Amino acid sequence: MSDTSEVVLQALERRRAEPTQLLQILREVQEELDWISPETTHSVAAGLGIPATQVESVVQFYSFLYEQPRGRYRILVSDNITDRMLGSLTLFEHMLKRLKLRRAEASADGAVSVDLTSCTGMCDQGPALLVNNRPVTRLTARRVDEICDLVRGDVPLAEWPADYFRVEDNIRRADALLGSRYEPGSGLRAAIALGRQGMLDEMKRSNLRGRGGAGFATAVKWESCRNAPGAERYIVCNADEGEPGTFKDRVLLTSFAERIFEGMAIAGFTVGAANGLLYLRGEYRYLLEPLEAKLESMRRDRRLGASICGAQGFDFDIEIHLGAGAYICGEESALIESLEGKPGKPRIRPPFPVTAGYLGKPTVVNNVETLVEATVVALQGGRIFAGHGTRHSAGTKILSVSGDCARPGIYEYPFGVRVEQVLKDCGAADVVAVQISGPSGICLTPDEFRRHIAFEDVPTAGAFMIFGKERDLFEVARNFTYFFAHESCGFCTPCRVGTTLMRDALDKIADGRGSRYEINELMRLAELLRRTSHCGLGQTAGNPVRDTWLKFRPAYERRLIRGDFDPAVDLDAALTRAREIAGRDDAGAHIGAEQ
Amino acid sequence: MSGTETAIVVDEIPVPFKPGQTILEAALEAGVYIPHLCAHPEFAPHGSCKLCTVIVNGRNASACTLKAAAGQEIEVDTPDLHAYRRTLVQMLFVEGNHFCPGCEKSGNCQLQALAYDSEMMTPHFVEFYPHRPVDASHPDVLIDFNRCIQCELCVRASRDVDGKSIFALVGRGMASHIVVNSPSGKLGDTNFSVADKAAHVCPVGAILIKRVGYAVPIGERRYDLEAISEEASRCAGEEVR
Ligand SMILES: Cc1cc2nc3c(=O)[nH]c(=O)nc-3n(C[C@H](O)[C@H](O)[C@H](O)COP(=O)(O)O)c2cc1C
Ligand code: SF4
Ligand code: SF4
Ligand code: FES
Ligand code: FES
Repeated sequence: MSDTSEVVLQALERRRAEPTQLLQILREVQEELDWISPETTHSVAAGLGIPATQVESVVQFYSFLYEQPRGRYRILVSDNITDRMLGSLTLFEHMLKRLKLRRAEASADGAVSVDLTSCTGMCDQGPALLVNNRPVTRLTARRVDEICDLVRGDVPLAEWPADYFRVEDNIRRADALLGSRYEPGSGLRAAIALGRQGMLDEMKRSNLRGRGGAGFATAVKWESCRNAPGAERYIVCNADEGEPGTFKDRVLLTSFAERIFEGMAIAGFTVGAANGLLYLRGEYRYLLEPLEAKLESMRRDRRLGASICGAQGFDFDIEIHLGAGAYICGEESALIESLEGKPGKPRIRPPFPVTAGYLGKPTVVNNVETLVEATVVALQGGRIFAGHGTRHSAGTKILSVSGDCARPGIYEYPFGVRVEQVLKDCGAADVVAVQISGPSGICLTPDEFRRHIAFEDVPTAGAFMIFGKERDLFEVARNFTYFFAHESCGFCTPCRVGTTLMRDALDKIADGRGSRYEINELMRLAELLRRTSHCGLGQTAGNPVRDTWLKFRPAYERRLIRGDFDPAVDLDAALTRAREIAGRDDAGAHIGAEQ
Repeated sequence: MSGTETAIVVDEIPVPFKPGQTILEAALEAGVYIPHLCAHPEFAPHGSCKLCTVIVNGRNASACTLKAAAGQEIEVDTPDLHAYRRTLVQMLFVEGNHFCPGCEKSGNCQLQALAYDSEMMTPHFVEFYPHRPVDASHPDVLIDFNRCIQCELCVRASRDVDGKSIFALVGRGMASHIVVNSPSGKLGDTNFSVADKAAHVCPVGAILIKRVGYAVPIGERRYDLEAISEEASRCAGEEVR
């Protein structure tokens, strides 16, 4: 094994010993040493000249950084509801049993640990897991057995069958974006021909709205950033794609990477930014090398770097930062904190990133898909772009379709497509619900399937999870609530405590001890979270329970007890220890026995 | 004085503001009380406790972080908001271990004062009973993390005023907690001093000065004598704390 101080020194050197690189340094060190030991913490802190507690705050914030040894093989089974529907929990239990492990604990020989993790973005080819940051898709009992054997045989990952790691694009329907042929550099040249102001005007004409969820007008964002005072500006590509059920950015990053980078450069050209940062979720670590290679080749043929495509003063380059397992880092201000090497906690807004973003400088944060669309706008012009889709939602939208259907995968439609059309195209039958835009989105029932995917009707960041008639929507809501409780950054009181209280209330109902009292509490908490939370995570965390209680009441009611209330604390069980100490187990030592 | 271009309206009361002031600062200066816990007049706003949640022109906002601006009509004392504040205080109580009758801060504690202010009668939720050890290693100061509400005032004071960065908030979600920056993690191993600003900013009974306990009997303390909202109205314009 490599020597800690040597590994730390090299990482510090690669990252110029800058505290803003702390997360990247820790991630790189852990890739070599398997965990962050106290020794590592102290040498990183010393090397950066920061308090050790600052290092701890980062290590303890990100799920993929470990303060305890987790073995040479660190296995994380994706725990999205779509994985569960494909049997992931049975496979997880099976794996623990075969390897004689307890969840999240390394084996005695320090070889392996197995745990669950939030959605890994392989919903169209699940169940999935990550082993040392590399995805394994299409798990079966047999594949799990084989993996256990490989782990026990100490076979290096490089020698595992390549087929395990195969990730398909599964593009089932392509339209203006996925279906168009793109000549490398064409978007850049079109933008250069338009000029900075001309490109911005086309963006305005296009009515392009952000694809990351909120649907903010992209031209307005770019213009505000351009007009904000300051010499330096940044373009940030949000490739955190943490919303369970979303995987369309994965496909863009895999097969359309150059267009993403060109879109970033076009944004930089338009707003006057020379620096781009792409924030890649830790789950997509396997894409880092291919993406870096793309950047290198683009630099070679002057599509990045100084004087891009020969245009004087068009200088732009891109750096990739990796996340480390934190959904909240998709929120733009948390993402910026994370880019600065800190725990991803949302900032106070205003000021917004367009005036005070990365390092306090004016910053555009755009979703991957938005930036690719910018290349379409550059090529087609804004008017043609605005001609697709609906009046308030121009262009096309890429959907990530998963769950109960024959053909899960990527579907691109002009905005305005009806939910029922998507269901038909992907071969879904007997559908009782579709969860649009992930847990933070909205749950639709068949009477709503004629609604349209569009910002003015059913807005979405892309997730489209389908539930067939045998699915239990209570368990869906519980899975989503666990997700939020796990992913809350913990900054604000309502979200930190409220998501846990909601989770516990759902567990009580699942145990058959819940009553209408718990339902009332859940609704009250959902409303409190919506109205008082600091960011979108907390504000939407109550949605799944609220939606499913309104629309799938029987799924709750059949679990509720008739009475008004059942105490949370089982008094008789609470006396167990006292009975043990007293050596008694007679009727008098039990509460409620006399009735 | 109450020209509309320099005044906001808080529960129908015109409140003048100076450029750059937050809604909370303007209101407190005018003697209009808005409940708050993580805000402190000497520090930049934090915005985490959410007790100062108000409605500004129909939208929810934190009064401690949002700048006052002409045209704002602000609702503070509505039944809904009052109930939310009570629930937030209850959340802070059950998240830690708060046994007020045995706490040296009782009567001087802002969490307790806000519990009275929001008419909280019980913790309501099931207590989490977290395991949080006490740190008595320092000769002059005791830290009882059981009462910490994660306002980060000690973090801010030690970093920004004392220049020592002795405290930090680490972890995520419910695992978030305050740690001390020393090899042992103990306060006694730091250069923390009772003269530090950080020794005197904790709004609850988490950071306590040793050997001064119970000098004033419980029942005759700050918020025993005067409700936190009344104090704020009386001390309009002064920096209370
Ligand atoms: C909890 C949370 C998670 C988010 N995750 C993502 C994400 O993974 N990807 C993304 O593009 N936007 C995400 N967003 C939205 C971003 O904050 C931001 O609005 C978006 O990146 C802006 O890009 P756009 O204008 O191109 O849509 C998230 C927001 C919240 C509140
Ligand atoms: S700090 Fe305040 S709330 Fe906590 S125990 Fe003491 S008096 Fe009660
Ligand atoms: S110890 Fe006190 S000042 Fe520090 S975070 Fe906790 S409650 Fe706030
Ligand atoms: S805890 Fe992060 S938004 Fe509330
Ligand atoms: S006082 Fe405003 S959030 Fe705490």
